[in-house]
Amino acid sequence: MSFELLMLAAADGFSYAGLLFLVSLGLTLIFGVQGILNVAHGSLYAFGGYTAATLAIWAAEKQAPTWVLLAALVLAALVVGVILGGILEIGLLRRVQDKDPVLQLLVTFAAFLIFEDLQRLIWGVSPYSSTEVVSRLGNFDIFGITYTAYQLLLIPAVAFGVYLGLLFALRRTRLGKQIIAVTHHREVATALGINARKIGLIAFIMGAFLGALGGALAAPTTSLVPGVGTDMIVLSFSVVATAGLGQITGALITALLIGLARSVAVYTVPELEVAVPYLIMVAVLLVRPNGLFTVAQARRI
Amino acid sequence: MARLFDIRILTIAGSLLCLILGLAFPWSKTPIIVGLCFGIATLGVAAMVRAGQVSFGHAMYACIAGYTVAFLARAWPQLDGLLLILAGVGASLFAGAIVGVFVVRYRGIFFGMLNLAISMVLYSVIGKFYAITGGTDGLRINRPTLLGIEFERAGFETVLLVGTLLAAIGLGILVQRYFQSASGEALAGIKTNETRLEYLGLSARRVLWDGYLFSAGLVGLSGALFALVQGLVTPDIGSWLRSGEFVFIAILGGSGHAIGAFLGAAVFELVKLFAAAYMTGIWQMLLGITLIVVILVAPEGIVGLLMKKSALATPRRKSPWGTRREENKWTP
Amino acid sequence: MDALIRTEGLSLSFGGVVAADNIDFRLDVGERLAVIGQNGAGKTTFINICTGFLKPTRGRVWFDGKDVTGMEPRHIVRFGLGRSFQLPQLFLDHTVRQCLEISAAARQGRLSFFKPLAQSVNRREIEHTLELVSLRERGSELASSLPEGQRKLLDVAMALMLNPKLLIMDEPTSGVASEDKHDLMATLMRALDERKVTSWFVEHDVDIVSRYATRVAAWIAGKVAADGPPAEVLASAAVRREILGTA
Repeated sequence: MSFELLMLAAADGFSYAGLLFLVSLGLTLIFGVQGILNVAHGSLYAFGGYTAATLAIWAAEKQAPTWVLLAALVLAALVVGVILGGILEIGLLRRVQDKDPVLQLLVTFAAFLIFEDLQRLIWGVSPYSSTEVVSRLGNFDIFGITYTAYQLLLIPAVAFGVYLGLLFALRRTRLGKQIIAVTHHREVATALGINARKIGLIAFIMGAFLGALGGALAAPTTSLVPGVGTDMIVLSFSVVATAGLGQITGALITALLIGLARSVAVYTVPELEVAVPYLIMVAVLLVRPNGLFTVAQARRI
Repeated sequence: MARLFDIRILTIAGSLLCLILGLAFPWSKTPIIVGLCFGIATLGVAAMVRAGQVSFGHAMYACIAGYTVAFLARAWPQLDGLLLILAGVGASLFAGAIVGVFVVRYRGIFFGMLNLAISMVLYSVIGKFYAITGGTDGLRINRPTLLGIEFERAGFETVLLVGTLLAAIGLGILVQRYFQSASGEALAGIKTNETRLEYLGLSARRVLWDGYLFSAGLVGLSGALFALVQGLVTPDIGSWLRSGEFVFIAILGGSGHAIGAFLGAAVFELVKLFAAAYMTGIWQMLLGITLIVVILVAPEGIVGLLMKKSALATPRRKSPWGTRREENKWTP
Repeated sequence: MDALIRTEGLSLSFGGVVAADNIDFRLDVGERLAVIGQNGAGKTTFINICTGFLKPTRGRVWFDGKDVTGMEPRHIVRFGLGRSFQLPQLFLDHTVRQCLEISAAARQGRLSFFKPLAQSVNRREIEHTLELVSLRERGSELASSLPEGQRKLLDVAMALMLNPKLLIMDEPTSGVASEDKHDLMATLMRALDERKVTSWFVEHDVDIVSRYATRVAAWIAGKVAADGPPAEVLASAAVRREILGTA
């Protein structure tokens, strides 16, 4: 493998890791607060992507300036996160809160099935993409390769910005502290006067927004087809499980690891491209059964 | 006893319906066999569900068995169908025994995700190695002899229909006996209290491994039968969505009794057929809505509803689904 | 007399807290030991180490002459040790009778696959045990429907079904209304006497300790501070000061 190829793989992986991290972060945040692994998270990614592409195509036709195109992506993610996230949480998850965890998981699977067809009804099956914003931001050279600024600078910057912002929000703001309290102990938090329901809804919508944002940022660089959500959900599952459920910094490192490993595989053993993330996950879980970054706790008897 | 009686009648009526429909409308033979295959696979997945574990990767055993059948049938076209099926089940049992050793160390989400990961590796590898596996196009299987007799397409399907039906009934009874045996009840104990199992001198991992092996074999058998009736295997038979459908059917039918797997599969196939005829393109949506309605209205599945209806049913298990693992918050 | 359980220099510390501090301890066949001590003194930790739930940092444990240090609970249980818990560990989705049936089946070692559970155990023994702990009327109800006191009884009964040589009970009367405590203990002791099981129970109630124990061990800060006949231990200065708060 030549140096150039290695750099290309690294650039691909870096950019992809940014998207993967955003989606996984949303998934792990929701798990932390609600205790539910949201299978429909992949649909939020897909809806975010399709909505963003639709808005961006429309804005590009109107010759809108670059910042409007970028704002359209974020707006799409916000709309999808608030509307779909809200519907999911209020309409569905609240109703199964006291049921078996297996059923809670299955409810989100059902929602995923519904969204999957809904998405096909709205956007059809032909590929969808809007690359305008990528070409507007242009290319730049680094280490002998040429890469788009959008993928190599903007996506990682957004991902890292979201990471820092979330850490700050969780540690320094009142809302963030309430979210952490609910994550650690729902009953105790409620007893302390925290509205766990409201916090749960807010955290869910935040997570949904992050999933949709991943899709929205991916929209200008990939062509969206039915099934994008499916691929993303299983992949972000593997990131979250490898990192350890609810681990934010862990998700960042694992997303990088898996993103880079995957793109190196694309250039070296393309047959294993899809398999690599799962091989990593299996290997990690064999050594650390609760994920890389989870500290195991003994059960009291 | 009244409950048992009901289920017997239900089984006989269902079997007759399958036969009559299959013979009267030859086009319905394949969907019926496919439905029965889903039911058999779900028996296995339901065993895991009774232990409180959801696997989003069990379809890999259908995949392993299906491809074993395909490889063997292509290498030795003279091999009998029954031998192919046995070989397929053997391969899935073998794989289940090995994978089981690893996955039974995990519970909950991690159990589900590890199964998913392993099945995804298999799925993607099969899809990529075109030269050996035919890639996403899959492999064709020529119709083999059954018990040494060569059949026309129609005859072959009829024999498969009868054979699958008999296997379904036999396995349903067997699995129900397993559920109620010491081993099966200990398996259900994994869901509620592993600490107690350990302090009874039992290994929860071993109990789960036994159940896992069982489930791998059942899903494998369904995959082998599925491959023969379709005359084709594609990687899709091992996709995670297929695994999800098995879990779906297990919830829909309910895991309180083995017959739930077949009731769930019947409803599942009917929804699919109905959607294919009248609402093309939104069958997943219909399935999703069905699943939500079942979870909200009848969390114990169809079996739970039936048991509640029959007045003499023993209240053995209030609800295999309704109660969350109860945590004892009391302190001295 | 033979030592049923014996420990030597048993120590365990986690995160700077010494939960078991160099404990030398023995329990002989036929004894009925009450363990007293404040919460956090290390009573349950010591049980957890002896039964294999926790691994000691130092020291050894022998059960019935066999070195069981570091073994898994299920292996130690097979040598003849039964345990009940401060928080009853039941199969909440099973009926009361099924809980006992699973115990009885577990005792046989190999679990059958296709023989119905109820038929693979001795029915009369199950009914007798149910009778013994006064749970016969509730046999067909779900374990999750029992009130705390009956959960405790079922928890002990499940351990008893194993026919253990030693039964360790962690606070069998906690969570039980005080007027029912004596009934419960009387019931338990009747069951233990009938099977001649050596026992060791953790208890806070001095009344119960002096009535039912043949020996008392007092735990203070991860150590056995006093050990001997009930009257003697309960009268000792350290116990009165640190545990009973009556000095």
